This record gives sequence, C-alpha cells and structure tokens, in this order.
Amino acid sequence: MSQDTLVEVKHLKEYFNINTGLFSSKPLKAVDDVSFAIRRGETLGLVGESGCGKTTVGRTLLHLYKPTDGEIWFDGKQIVTKKDIAEYREKTAMVFQDPYSSLNPRMTVADIIGEPLDVHKMYSNEKERKERILELMGQVGLNSEHANRYAHEFSGGQRQRIGIARALAMKPQFVVCDEPVSALDVSIQAQVINMFDELQEKMGLTYLFIAHDLLVVRHISDRIAVMYLGKMVELADAREIYDHPLHPYTRSLMSAVPLPDPKMARENKRIVLSGDIPSPLNAPSGCPFRTRCPYASDVCAESMPEFKDVGGGHFVACHNLDKV
Amino acid sequence: MALLEVKDLHTSFYTPAGEVKAVNGVSFNLERGKVLGIVGESGSGKSVTAYSIMQILEKTGKIVSGSVKFDGQELVGIGEEGMKKIRGNKISIIFQDPMTSLNPTYTIGHQLMEAIMLHTPRNKQQAWDRAVEMLRLVNVNEPEKRMKQYPFEFSGGMRQRVMIAMALACEPDILIADEPTTALDVTIQAQILELMQSLQKELGMAIIMITHDLGVVAQLCDEVVVMYAGSICEQGTADEIFYNPRHEYTKGLMRSIPTLESDGQRLRPITGTPIDLLNMPAGCPFAPRCDAAMKICLRERAERMQINDNHQAACWVNVRDARNEEGGEAE
Repeated sequence: MSQDTLVEVKHLKEYFNINTGLFSSKPLKAVDDVSFAIRRGETLGLVGESGCGKTTVGRTLLHLYKPTDGEIWFDGKQIVTKKDIAEYREKTAMVFQDPYSSLNPRMTVADIIGEPLDVHKMYSNEKERKERILELMGQVGLNSEHANRYAHEFSGGQRQRIGIARALAMKPQFVVCDEPVSALDVSIQAQVINMFDELQEKMGLTYLFIAHDLLVVRHISDRIAVMYLGKMVELADAREIYDHPLHPYTRSLMSAVPLPDPKMARENKRIVLSGDIPSPLNAPSGCPFRTRCPYASDVCAESMPEFKDVGGGHFVACHNLDKV
Repeated sequence: MALLEVKDLHTSFYTPAGEVKAVNGVSFNLERGKVLGIVGESGSGKSVTAYSIMQILEKTGKIVSGSVKFDGQELVGIGEEGMKKIRGNKISIIFQDPMTSLNPTYTIGHQLMEAIMLHTPRNKQQAWDRAVEMLRLVNVNEPEKRMKQYPFEFSGGMRQRVMIAMALACEPDILIADEPTTALDVTIQAQILELMQSLQKELGMAIIMITHDLGVVAQLCDEVVVMYAGSICEQGTADEIFYNPRHEYTKGLMRSIPTLESDGQRLRPITGTPIDLLNMPAGCPFAPRCDAAMKICLRERAERMQINDNHQAACWVNVRDARNEEGGEAE
C-alpha cells in the first residue's frame, strides 16, 4: 500500500440473502469482488445505474454493513476487530441522499448535529458542546440562531447542510457522500457542491462521492469509478474517463448524458443500449454486461474479465478492449 | 393560429395559510408539431401550468382567470363533460412516476384497452389489436405476452413506455410530458427521449416537455419557456435561451450547471433560496436573489420585452441596457 492511500478495499463482497421460497434462499450479490484505493485528500466519484451496488459499496466501506468477504484498510491498518471498527467510525462519516428522511423530526438542529459528539463523548461540559455545534453550523453556512429549530422548518438545501454538519462533527478524515445533491434544485445544488469543495480544501477531507448525475460527478471528482451489476468495470482520472472511456458500458453511459447545450446535443451520437439491467438475483455468467454489450463474444460468457491497469492508472475490466 | 394558446393564466391554491398564486399570468403559444420545453425549479409552477391546461387540478386549486385555447376552442369554463372530449383525444399527459400512474391490480393490456375503448369506437378485439400495435410502436418486446402481465412485472423504463403508449393510443395533437424521465437512469432516459423524438417526428404531434433538467431541454426542445415563482421570465428558441440568455435568473441557472468549461473551477450558484409563494414581493420575484437587482426591480415587475423575433424576456436589465444604448439615463 502506497504512502498516500487513505482507504483501500480488496476483493470486497457483500451478499444479501433473499428468500425465494419458504425454505430456500439465494444470495443477492450486491457487491461482488470489488477492489480499489482512495488517495488521501482526493475525491473518488462512484457512478452507475440504480441497483448497481454503489450505495452498498459506500455503506459496506464504512462497516454499516458487515462485509461478506474482503478486506478494508484505513490509514495503513486493516479494520478487523470491534475495537478497530469503533475507532474507524470516529474517523469516518456519511452524508445521506434524502435530507427529508435522514434527519430525526423530533430533534432540534443542535441535537442532530450534537448527537455524534454525545455518542463519542467529545466534550467535557455543556458549554464546550454548544460552542462546537455553533462552530459546525457556521462551517456549513447555517445561521446560529436556527440551532433550536426542527428539521422540517428548513428547505431541502439547508437540511442537507445540517446533514453535512452532523457528518463533520467528529472531524472525520473520510466522508462517504451518497447522492448528496440529487434531491436538490439546480441553483441550490451548485451551492452545496461548492461547499463540499471548500470543506475539502479547508479540512483536507477525502470523499467517496456516489451519484448518478455524471456532470456533477465529473465536476467534483479527481477520479471516477464505474459500477455495473455489483462489479467495478472501469476506474480512471475524471478527465480521462470522459475523454477516453474504454469499457463499452462506460461509453454508452457517457454518451447518454443529456448535455445542456443544444448544438452539442444535436451532434452527440448517443450509444443507446437495448434492454434493461438484468436482475442481480439472476446475473449473467461471466461479464455481467454481456447481455447488453454490442461487442460480446463467447469468452464473455465464460469468465469475468480481470480488472487491470491498462496504463496511467486507467483500470478497466473487459475481454474485448481491442474491438472496442 | 397556434394549436394551443395560453393567455394570462392565473391558477391559485387556497390553503389554510392563504392563497398561493402557483401560476401568475402565464402566456405562451404552442405550434403544431413543435416541442416546447417548460423549465423551472420546484415550486416554479411548471406542473401546475400543465395541470391547468388539462384541468386536473387538486380540489384546492382553481383557475382564477385567463384563457386556454385549443385549436381556437376555449377550454376554460367548458366544464367536465367538455374536457372529457379533450383529454386523451386531443391532449394527453404522462407523469413523472410510472410506478403510481398504473393500476397495480389490472393487467397492462386491460389498462391500455380501457383507454382505447373509452376514446374511440373500437370493440374489444380491435382495441386489443390497437394496444398490441401501440406497445410495438414504443419498442416493447413480445407485446402479446406483455399485454397479459401486471405493472409489477415491468421495469421503470418499460412502465414509462406503457404510459407513452397509452397516451398516444388515440393520436392526440398534443402530448404533455411532466418530468417523464426524472425517475429513470441515464441509459433508460436516453432510450425514452430517443423514442419520444422519433414518435414526435412520425406522428407529427406537438409536445410540452416539463422538466428541471436543462440537458433534456437542449436535447429535445425547439422552443423554451423559463418559469420562476409562477411567472414566465424568459421565452425563446432553445438556441437563444442557451446561448443568449437575457434574464438574470436564466443566466444564473446556466452558470449553476457543471459543464466541460467549469472543470477545476468553482460553480457560480444563485445565492439564497426560492421565494415563499405565500409572501410574494411587489417587484420582480427573482430580485431578492439577483446580483444585478436595481431599485426598480424591488418596486415593479418588468413587462415582457421583445429581444428579437425569437426571444422575449421580462427583466429590467434589458430595459436599462436599451436605454443606455439610446444614450438616455439609466434607472
């Protein structure tokens, strides 16, 4: 593990057992053998369509779900024991997608933001706690007069700020942001994106930024990883993956983004995929993308292609790269 | 004559907290065979405008004044019986959420046939054939088999196709699409947009596309209406709106979206939050968030001004610039 890696996962697997009958169950492979590393201070974007396992990666990474298999390394240390997990949780945090359901409606803003401080006993007296809460509110641009209000009194953008303040309470090094701006209007979305940027600069945060809006992800990320049906299919620098996507899935994904520019939209040749994502319960053998892939060949049905570096830190998993 | 003429439409909702002027003086025309985009953020009144045209407002909502003319016929005040002849036959609507728009207890075929038999004088067999034909038109594989299935057996993209098939079964002149792809993934969204585009060309219908996604607008629309707080602030051809925005809100919106050029830079968001429709200011509704706001913006609303043949905007900045060009004094 190189010096500047903060978080690393190796062969991470997360299977959920789904009951298929009274006495039978089947594993749903939400995340299937995923390995990647996040450098200190960078933002890794994670994109993919619904059901591809991106949220599960984020949650398993923080040990919110117990991984079925695989290793999680943080700051050069593997997270194994309960004590490791407890310490790890102090240094990591999560921002959720839905600012409406992720805040307790019966708690005031101050209590929501203060809860992590209470849990980890991060203050010696009440005054200290209050100061820290007000400091956090200031950091995310919330008015300190609003400390005693309830979440429902705020707009979506402000609620997301509350969620971010709560995530920052423990001064984490690593934050998983799960679709933090998807529910927001365009003008508010830009405010929150800028705040993520500023906080990162100020506090040296490392982000895993999960989203489905590819324009937002490209704007905020240093590197981007693409998932399809529980597998990681491509990972590269943000610029590189937009300019030279290699995996056929990434290519169609990139071309499907509606560009906010009429002239470019008219010229853009969309690679429209046929069909839908197969159910993860009945994932195709070999490469999961082969059922929708225009380049699929016999070898794709037999084995999952290796996720390997094709040069300059551009990872891709495809058998038929020469044809693409 | 335009196919659809909306003139000075006012729609309000009467809530315990007071009157909410959700649509406040909206006027636009839709020509036959064109695609009109209505963009705006949540609460801007874009959906309520559509529901007012279809007269499917909730009980608390009411068209206060204004006129909606379809092919020369006035729709406001024609009553429920009159509207039944318009809905589905002449103007159809598809909604954002294909999950809740279909009845889970009936088969897809039953629901399609119901719509067809209600609006056209077809018998059961003919309606079945028509439904299968429509499903084939929207690229549903094995339509005969699919007809006998229930909505839960369909994916989100498939359900939206069924909704489109249902909306188009009676060959309406206008299709209103209320955020039809917002709930869908990008690759499925691309499929649906492609489908709508090709159907529009094939059948020659007009589309009103309601969305908050400027990318979808750029992709599909000839003409764009930008709404803020219940009013239209700018209207023009897609190229004019994207390359020559003349209202401060539209300019702010364009700057807020990440583009290829914004890489490595901060976005320039619009500050503040959308206004409370219960407490509308006297002047321009965008003035409290506007960087270029002048004194007059807080006092008085700007009239819609013709920028050029294809472009109108209601912003005092344009008035000031025009005066400056003439050499007169600025406000």
